Amino acid sequence: MVNVTPSVQDALKGIRVDEDATTATDEIAITVPTAAASSTPQDEPSGDDLVFDVSELSVFYGDFRAVRDVNMKIRRNEITAMIGPSGCGKSTVLRSFNRMNDLIPTARVAGNLLYRGVDLYDERVDPVEVRRRIGMVFQKPNPFPKSIYDNVAYGPRVAGRKKGLDEVVESSLRKAALWDEVKDRLQDSAIGLSGGQQQRLSIARAIAVDPEVLLMDEPCSALDPIATARIEELMAEIKAEYTILIVTHNMQQAARVSDRTAFFSVELDEANDRRTGLLVEYTDTAKLFSNPDDERTENYITGRFG
Amino acid sequence: MTDMTIRPDRAPLTVDVLAGPVSRLRKETAIRWFFFSAALVSIGISILIIWSLVNEAWTFISQVDWSVTWGETGWFPRRGLYDMPTLLVASLIVTIVAMFVAGPLGLGSAIYLSEYASRRTRSILKPVLEVLAGVPSVVLGFFALFFISPQLIERIGRNGWLVIGALIVLTYVALVAGWARNLMKREAGTPVSVQVQRILMLTLLVAGALVLVWWVNGVAETADTFAVKRSGQLAAAAVGVGILTIPLVASIAEDALASVPRELREASAGLGARKATTTTQVVLPAAVSGIVAAFIIGISRALGETMVVFMAGGAADASQFTSSPFDGGLTMTAGMASLATGTDSVVGEGLTFQSLYFVGMVLFLLTLFLNVVAGRFVNRVREKY
Repeated sequence: MVNVTPSVQDALKGIRVDEDATTATDEIAITVPTAAASSTPQDEPSGDDLVFDVSELSVFYGDFRAVRDVNMKIRRNEITAMIGPSGCGKSTVLRSFNRMNDLIPTARVAGNLLYRGVDLYDERVDPVEVRRRIGMVFQKPNPFPKSIYDNVAYGPRVAGRKKGLDEVVESSLRKAALWDEVKDRLQDSAIGLSGGQQQRLSIARAIAVDPEVLLMDEPCSALDPIATARIEELMAEIKAEYTILIVTHNMQQAARVSDRTAFFSVELDEANDRRTGLLVEYTDTAKLFSNPDDERTENYITGRFG
Repeated sequence: MTDMTIRPDRAPLTVDVLAGPVSRLRKETAIRWFFFSAALVSIGISILIIWSLVNEAWTFISQVDWSVTWGETGWFPRRGLYDMPTLLVASLIVTIVAMFVAGPLGLGSAIYLSEYASRRTRSILKPVLEVLAGVPSVVLGFFALFFISPQLIERIGRNGWLVIGALIVLTYVALVAGWARNLMKREAGTPVSVQVQRILMLTLLVAGALVLVWWVNGVAETADTFAVKRSGQLAAAAVGVGILTIPLVASIAEDALASVPRELREASAGLGARKATTTTQVVLPAAVSGIVAAFIIGISRALGETMVVFMAGGAADASQFTSSPFDGGLTMTAGMASLATGTDSVVGEGLTFQSLYFVGMVLFLLTLFLNVVAGRFVNRVREKY
């Protein structure tokens, strides 16, 4: 588990501003046993290698804490999978990485989420700028009711790009392994594509804005096994250029594609008697699936729970 | 336990047992017939209305001297002058001006309510809009006659309206031209929908240019008489009709916007688009058929509105032909209303009474056509999602 070691935690305590002090100690008290239980010696990513540094992240919907205790360090050019039972908050966490939760009026984030050293929830940060750097592919393929070409060119256009769109469209479609299937009908409506093609189009569309990170929220859940295999192949191919985070219900998929896996679970939150998600274990995929540190992880991956 | 009666499921099974009690079947048949006859009566009444309309209108069509229905000085039914252009042009003026009020304000409200308003603001504003929809048109007619006409139309004056009208129409032409230009730039082999849109754009462009010419022309014509105090005019009535039509346009357009899946907005936001971009580039195009339908239904409503134009249109019984919104005039609806009211009701030259039905039939056919077209557009939205 690449978690905050005691020394880093001390450092964080020091940084923390005073008004957060009470909640902070609260949250740390909950986290410490988890951290202690699963502290494997691991080389700490730092500098350019460290894309996201998440500590003590909680996401609230109104008064309801949907997920708590998220501590993750995410490295450049790696695929990180997030797994767990329904309602464990994995999608919620993913959506906080590019501030998509801002679109939900009651959503609120507490804790630290640093992207290349910058606090994404700093009040001066414009979520639109964040989303241009951290792209997203959603669960359901959702092409705009426009032509294939216009779908892919949408992101660059809204970013103000006017020239060289043809090249961007072609290279994005090529990367998404869709070019050969659609090159002769770029002006056709994207609604006419098959589900698998639509999802690859969504990926091409996300790639076209040239993001640094791709967030994928169960991208294969609406696809058949063949289309799923293509998307997985594609992820392996583009991994060299992007840092990828993928939420998946499919443990085999997590095991196949990811370098690291985060397991989330749901527990009753005594504070308000509701079920809250939490990060249980985050470590090398191989280790998580063969020799997890936490009993809850083991129960889940062996099918005894969830 | 000791009771040895045979349970129903152990009794020998026959078709009669499974057929159920006869009384229940009778009841169901009776209920079915009750609802069927309710539907039948409604349809029957509608058919009778149409029949009487067509019947009397046919008398007019077959007996009238057609030379008095076109190119006369005006609509003077009691003197046997049935100049249709007088009524048609007045209706056209009222509808166009009303839609220049109701279109932008209705669509604007719909966009605000659906895309921008918080849940709380929405829960307050929507009922207010619905209250506006419930304002009796006679109240609005009064408002148009005693407020809009003297305080708005006449106070702004001829030059003011010339500028305002020209600005509105030019903005409209520029918007449509920009859209049309975008469509024209597409490569060959474009989908049919683009070609349909091109034709639509061209039609709108030509219509806009015509309106501009008419506006400048019409306002210039009334130059000398403008200062004269009058009892309302078409423009005041049209603004009143426009206000009445806002809630209708807003609610249909809002339904169309709300039916655009949330995923599309998220996808757009996820690509780094701002809210305004998402709204204009993704949500509006996705809802375009519903919005067009909202406009068409608005037009149909404005065309059929009677009380406001009757009270504030500035003409009773009869009217000279006019193409200026600042003159008094009779729309088709107001013409019918004034024929059917008054102490002498409908008397006059032989076909006066039948002319009422003829105008009614023309109006009916126009609104029927508009509603059918609007229905098609609404169905297109439904099919897509």
